Amino acid sequence: MPADRTLDRLRAACREAGTDDPSAVGPARSAPRPAPAAAPGSDGPGPVRAAGERDTVAGLPARYVAAPRDTRQAAALLRAAADLDLAVTFRGGGTKLDWGNPPRRLDLILDTTGLAGVVEHAAGDLITVVRAGTRLDALAATLAGAGQQLALDASPPGGTVGGAVATNAGGPRRMLYGTVRDLLIGVTLVRADGVVAHAGGKVVKNVAGYDLGKLVTGAYGTLGLVTECAFRLHPLPAAAAYVTRRVGDPAQAGRLAATVRAAQLVPAALEVDMPAGGPAAVTVLLEGTPAGVAARAEAARRLLGADTTVADAPPRGWGQHPWHAGDTGLKLTAALSGVPRLLTDARAAADRHHLPLALRGSAGVGVLHAGVPGTADPDRVAGLVDELRTATAAVAGHAVVLTAPAAVRDRVDLWGPVDGLALMRRVKQRFDPDARLAPGRFVGGI
Amino acid sequence: MRTTTTDLAALAAALRAAVGADRVISDRQELRTYECDGLAQYKVVPALVALPADAAQCAAVVRACVAAGVPFVARGSGTGLSGGALPHADGVLIVTSRMRDIIEVAPEDERAVVQPGVINLAVSRAANPHGHYYAPDPSSQQICSIGGNLAENSGGAHCLKYGFTAHHITGIELVTPDGDRVRLGGRAPDAPGYDLLGAFIGSEGTLGIATEVTVRLTRLPESVRTLLAAFDSTDQAGAATSAIIAAGVVPAAVEMMDALAISAAEAAVHCGYPAGAGAVLIVELDGPEPEVAAQFDQVERLCRDNRAFEIRIAADDAERALFWKGRKSAFAAVGRISPDYIVQDGVIPRTALPEVLRRIGELSAERGIRVANVFHAGDGNLHPLVLFDAAVDGQAERAEEVSGAILDLCVRHGGSITGEHGVGMDKAKYLPRMFSADDLDTMQLLRCAFDPAGLANPGKIFPTPRLCGEVPGRRKGVHPAQEAGLAEVF
Ligand SMILES: Cc1cc2nc3c(=O)[nH]c(=O)nc-3n(C[C@H](O)[C@H](O)[C@H](O)COP(=O)(O)OP(=O)(O)OC[C@H]3O[C@@H](n4cnc5c(N)ncnc54)[C@H](O)[C@@H]3O)c2cc1C
Ligand SMILES: Cc1cc2nc3c(=O)[nH]c(=O)nc-3n(C[C@H](O)[C@H](O)[C@H](O)COP(=O)(O)OP(=O)(O)OC[C@H]3O[C@@H](n4cnc5c(N)ncnc54)[C@H](O)[C@@H]3O)c2cc1C
Repeated sequence: MPADRTLDRLRAACREAGTDDPSAVGPARSAPRPAPAAAPGSDGPGPVRAAGERDTVAGLPARYVAAPRDTRQAAALLRAAADLDLAVTFRGGGTKLDWGNPPRRLDLILDTTGLAGVVEHAAGDLITVVRAGTRLDALAATLAGAGQQLALDASPPGGTVGGAVATNAGGPRRMLYGTVRDLLIGVTLVRADGVVAHAGGKVVKNVAGYDLGKLVTGAYGTLGLVTECAFRLHPLPAAAAYVTRRVGDPAQAGRLAATVRAAQLVPAALEVDMPAGGPAAVTVLLEGTPAGVAARAEAARRLLGADTTVADAPPRGWGQHPWHAGDTGLKLTAALSGVPRLLTDARAAADRHHLPLALRGSAGVGVLHAGVPGTADPDRVAGLVDELRTATAAVAGHAVVLTAPAAVRDRVDLWGPVDGLALMRRVKQRFDPDARLAPGRFVGGI
Repeated sequence: MRTTTTDLAALAAALRAAVGADRVISDRQELRTYECDGLAQYKVVPALVALPADAAQCAAVVRACVAAGVPFVARGSGTGLSGGALPHADGVLIVTSRMRDIIEVAPEDERAVVQPGVINLAVSRAANPHGHYYAPDPSSQQICSIGGNLAENSGGAHCLKYGFTAHHITGIELVTPDGDRVRLGGRAPDAPGYDLLGAFIGSEGTLGIATEVTVRLTRLPESVRTLLAAFDSTDQAGAATSAIIAAGVVPAAVEMMDALAISAAEAAVHCGYPAGAGAVLIVELDGPEPEVAAQFDQVERLCRDNRAFEIRIAADDAERALFWKGRKSAFAAVGRISPDYIVQDGVIPRTALPEVLRRIGELSAERGIRVANVFHAGDGNLHPLVLFDAAVDGQAERAEEVSGAILDLCVRHGGSITGEHGVGMDKAKYLPRMFSADDLDTMQLLRCAFDPAGLANPGKIFPTPRLCGEVPGRRKGVHPAQEAGLAEVF
């Protein structure tokens, strides 16, 4: 089928769907919806256009870009894509599109930035319902007006709610609040065949039906398009203190982290930061009432010992991945008691491969992030990834390569061993039997 | 599906080979012990009962069921209140009461690894000496099993702050409905791949049987303070709750009981709640001592501002236990004031509480059916206890109507038909009031992925089962077999 006819079909599907969103209620209809940015190659207004040169996913170019304005249009587009056998990848802010494998096949990028706006913020019930294309920073600003937050930490500018869900985002404060999976209470999806489905709801306590929100969280958009999410909120704390202690070596960092965990301080975060070559530090974040935080910060200071500082602003790099665009970035996990050993082993492995390795992460949770410069020799990086797999396996964890230059990507399995893969494949086959949603991007070639 | 006597004898023999002769029950009289769970109005005698001792035996039992094409139902302690563990007449009931080993307590990892039959409270008892506990605390925690908690995603009074079972389980081993043993998650967080563990939790035994569970242990709080506040009306108690939440306080628990529930508890356990109260609130704060101290005064003040006429502060653990005793025994206690009762479980947005309670009061008056209200006020989880006397003509039916109307109220206010007791057998018919046919169909895609033959606890949750059939699709491009082998391409 010639490209223009496909474009016509997609546009017709959008037109026929209209713009009235049946799932939107109340303030939804009046919520501002930013028009999707016109990109090079755009041939006119409307939700569907031919792809421009920047419309790629992990290097693979798309043919079309569609930016539906509501769930109904998104459903019509996905139905049409099914009829036309188009492979689709979803794009939010596009901040994470270099994560995961490139899809095996890509025709259409479905851009969610037109699916934006807060549908409902019930402050008294501590919940919000938002469209998936809403930017996290915009949402945070709205909620802060009522003294509330979606407790996910700050993410890079441009990141969307849907992207955070699809990557199961979580920052330092996951120690207290958990990750997206713990905060998402309801979800609206559009399936690969264009069917719209809901799960969960907008009350925090709810066990009716399967929790499909958990299933699509962290699924990298391989099971369906998330168009709307309901989240549990938390009050913004009245006070916060960051208590930081410089440390000499990984073992000491691990010991201090264990000491903090054993105390009853209930930190919101317990982070370790070990830049390649630079001085390492352990930081405890305490949140609460002004009086309570002051007392706990003092207790934490005593616990951490000499050279400890207390600040009301985060240290540099807080909550950011220890790598830059174009670098290799990994996520390493461990059973809690294994964190000191993992820090030590990872550093030793990097030294053996003569690679600078920056480590930063949540010692209080068992999740570390690791970065290696993109200029490093890809064979050495591949060797390091192997050793990090062994090191994490020894502490009951995993090493996943989140992002990497093409030369590294070609040499490693990004995901490593995955328990339950056969079941995961069966789930994928049921939800996306033609393997059109970002095929190959996820674990085991899913 | 009718199983013939010879089929059954063959299956019984296979089960005996799997778990040992003395661990298979086929005697009709003995089978009756298992005919119902905590929801005693439904009764079905299972064809056979098997009591495996470990995961391998459990897998062997499931495989025998698969080979015979016979459904199986998991059962923990049988305290479920939605008929989730109701047996299948032609099927095997797989009871986990022999799987009660605490395999490991690892405080340094903040984890414990247990068999599914382990009693909820036993986990905390084992963890306490290390300064930890298992946070989810259903009122049935002295008898219910971790496997049952997992399957129901059980909550408890303290889930307002600490979350539900789903937030406290990091890994399982399960036996799939095919009889395969699979691990999901573990001690470390964020295992790669789909969060099948998250999807399994709360699936009420329809996606397989958990045979080993890794739970998160929580550090015991430094300080716990509890108050009991008495109000003239539930409206005032509700307003106090709203004020506490609006002040940015996240209590460990906020529980409410109305006058009828209080009088029942009084009759049953003599908890000594303030006389003449139209409602009592139990508010508990826990955490670091300086935080609790700062917020407790605030909570006390907010209760007074909202016209609490009496506030008692627990001086010690014994007094705290007494406050909780009335609340935790409330379900059973209504047995003292009514021959029969329905325990309802619905959720509303907390701010709708006054309106919904008023409407429940009206329903009760219109139908001449008393309703006692006990609930997790902090998160809007209502447990109306609908009282009736089955011996009086028409009362049971009217009670059932009131009970159903309460669920409608919950749905109309944007809530849920169940906050913690599950859908099970009992509420399958109500599920379409919350979810569209497409929603339910989509949920069953998950079911079909795990259990295409529909043998795991069939007839529960979903009012109409989806016929799974072959995986649909156009099958062009990459052949599925090739795709399945893709992992090995690396
Ligand atoms: C505290 C914190 C710190 C973080 N720090 C960093 C950091 O330092 N560096 C960094 O790079 N990232 C970081 N992240 C992660 C990042 O912010 C989030 O993952 C982000 O929200 C991605 O959003 P996006 O819209 O850019 O997603 P995209 O990049 O557009 O998409 C990401 C993936 O999600 C899928 N997807 C997007 N929208 C949908 C949808 N609606 N439905 C289904 N699938 C969808 C895409 O197909 C893709 O696979 C951090 C996150 C948090 C919470
Ligand atoms: C007095 C009383 C108070 C209660 N209070 C609360 C409360 O506060 N909060 C709350 O949430 N619930 C409460 N409940 C309900 C009930 O106790 C919980 O649902 C509990 O989790 C059930 O556990 P069980 O071991 O009794 O499970 P069962 O009743 O035996 O089974 C429940 C479900 O789990 C499935 N199942 C059991 N074991 C497994 C397994 N190993 N793998 C897979 N599926 C399995 C069964 O098939 C069934 O669908 C209460 C019940 C009573 C009687």
